[in-house]
Amino acid sequence: MTEITETPATATGPAHPSPLREFWQYFSDNRGAVAGLVVFAAFFLVAVFAPLIAPYPPHEQFRDHLLQPPFWQPGGTLQFPLGTDPLGRDMLSRLIFGARYSFFIGMVVVSIASFFGVVIGVIAGFAPSWLDTLIMRLMDIVLSFPSLLLALVLVAVLGPSLMNAMIAIAVVLQPHFVRLTRAAVLSERPKDYVTAAKVAGAKPGRLMFVTVLPNCLAPIIVQAALSFSSAILDAAALGFLGMGAQPPTPEWGTMLAESREFILRAWWVVTFPGLCILFAVLAINLMGDGLRDALDPKLKRS
Amino acid sequence: MSDPIFTAENVKQHYLIRQGMFADPIVLRAVDGASFVLNRGRTLAVVGESGCGKSTLARMVTMIEDPTEGRMTIDGSEILPGAASRDAVLRSRVQIVFQDPYGSLNPRQTIGKTLMEPLLINRKDVPAQERERRAREMLDLVGLRPEYFDRYPHMFSGGQRQRIAVARALMLDPEVLVLDEPVSALDLSIQSQILNLLVDLQDRLGLAYLFISHDLSVVRHVANEVMVMYLGKPVEQGPKDAVFAAPRHPYTKALMSATPTADPSRRQERIKLSGELPSPMAVPPGCPFHPRCWRASDRCRKDMPTLEGDAHRFACFNPIEA
Repeated sequence: MTEITETPATATGPAHPSPLREFWQYFSDNRGAVAGLVVFAAFFLVAVFAPLIAPYPPHEQFRDHLLQPPFWQPGGTLQFPLGTDPLGRDMLSRLIFGARYSFFIGMVVVSIASFFGVVIGVIAGFAPSWLDTLIMRLMDIVLSFPSLLLALVLVAVLGPSLMNAMIAIAVVLQPHFVRLTRAAVLSERPKDYVTAAKVAGAKPGRLMFVTVLPNCLAPIIVQAALSFSSAILDAAALGFLGMGAQPPTPEWGTMLAESREFILRAWWVVTFPGLCILFAVLAINLMGDGLRDALDPKLKRS
Repeated sequence: MSDPIFTAENVKQHYLIRQGMFADPIVLRAVDGASFVLNRGRTLAVVGESGCGKSTLARMVTMIEDPTEGRMTIDGSEILPGAASRDAVLRSRVQIVFQDPYGSLNPRQTIGKTLMEPLLINRKDVPAQERERRAREMLDLVGLRPEYFDRYPHMFSGGQRQRIAVARALMLDPEVLVLDEPVSALDLSIQSQILNLLVDLQDRLGLAYLFISHDLSVVRHVANEVMVMYLGKPVEQGPKDAVFAAPRHPYTKALMSATPTADPSRRQERIKLSGELPSPMAVPPGCPFHPRCWRASDRCRKDMPTLEGDAHRFACFNPIEA
């Protein structure tokens, strides 16, 4: 029989794009994701260069300008573009420095929660059934508490501070990663490529983290993005309840809490921190969706 | 002419199935006593309906599962339970190609990484450059282009993927290759390409094949020896020509009559088996085939026939006359 040369399934030609280029190609197809990335990058740059961008230090008080409205309102000046808070501090500067806290919180919480969540989840997926059951029932117990309430209890035990709030939020978010990872591992494990790796002699560690885990990343990445935003939200909520960052820290949630009583007289003191939280969370969620589309080869059009 | 490399003696694989917390576990006899020899450069085909234990047999030969009973040897030395997880040399001697080329390649690994992984794990002394060189050579051997090295599995068709799967199985220079329905998921035109590739590789590398299939026309093409299984037991076993020319077991006869022939003038009578394949958890007493057999006698319902004969062996009290 004559040997038939099979044509390649893709029509990309001889020069195949590098993985990074390809990733960008798929990511940039999703406009919402690009918009999210732009906003996220803007927030990130603002957070990094806060001392250079902000017109004033976040704690500097201008006693002559208490509760001054934004510049386009009667009584506002360009000296304080977004107005001042009840203590005469520049809102814009405080919001800019607040971005630092929010990103710091998001990063730390997601790193802690996803690292431990993924490791425990993969182990549960491969463990003998008694250990699997033990881990999952423990996670169910954590999940059965209302998350904010559990975070509150943990903060109450550890003492109110930003660091403790982050630890509490990470503990609350982590079972989601465990369940998600375990479910993904269980659906991947019976597949033939895992058996093939086993036949090739892969040890359990390699099987877990080199063979199976990369195929479970898509839902974990989405969960990490969503957790990033819910970490910011939860930290803001804890701050609002006085259990997170303590005044005078310019954390967005704490800023909301401080100015709660002025909500009717000076709308800007609550609106701007709220909008910052909203945009940051929305941008991260959009970006998370785009990441999933670009990172998951099964959804790619080949 | 026979040059045995792998033997299995009366291997069995039983699973305990629990139905409810307090019920006694039920024994599922997936494979219930199979013996065979694999010779270098020769192909043993295992044929049977789905659920007859073909794939379980494959998993035992590849040492993914230890048999519950029985003895397996490779090149004269016995395979001890659990030895494959400790002994890199032993496990590299038997490799497997799976049925579904879409599930058998890691979607996150490039073809190059997939091919180099067995070397990375088992031959730690081979330097990285040498690994890559061998993987590229292997691509060439199975008829794929070198530029496929850095691509991901989703960019390939089923036939190309199956070539990649064959290449991966050959990376460790195995002596025995288990082919678990390697072409049944493929297009008919691609099937013949893969079969020709396999035959070609066998000639070149002197591999022993355990070829699992339910497609008798494929088996007729590649096999030297045939083993027909029914509910975990071999019912007929022998050289391909003898089995195909004169099947002695009624089940083999029925299977063969179900294969379409390319000759329209030769209308053969098709034997229709009545009834369903019984559940392997409730195998009928006596000969497991008796409820569906048109030649069954009272003896078949009580006693279990054993494989008898020299080269061409069959387990039946009322065999079809040769």
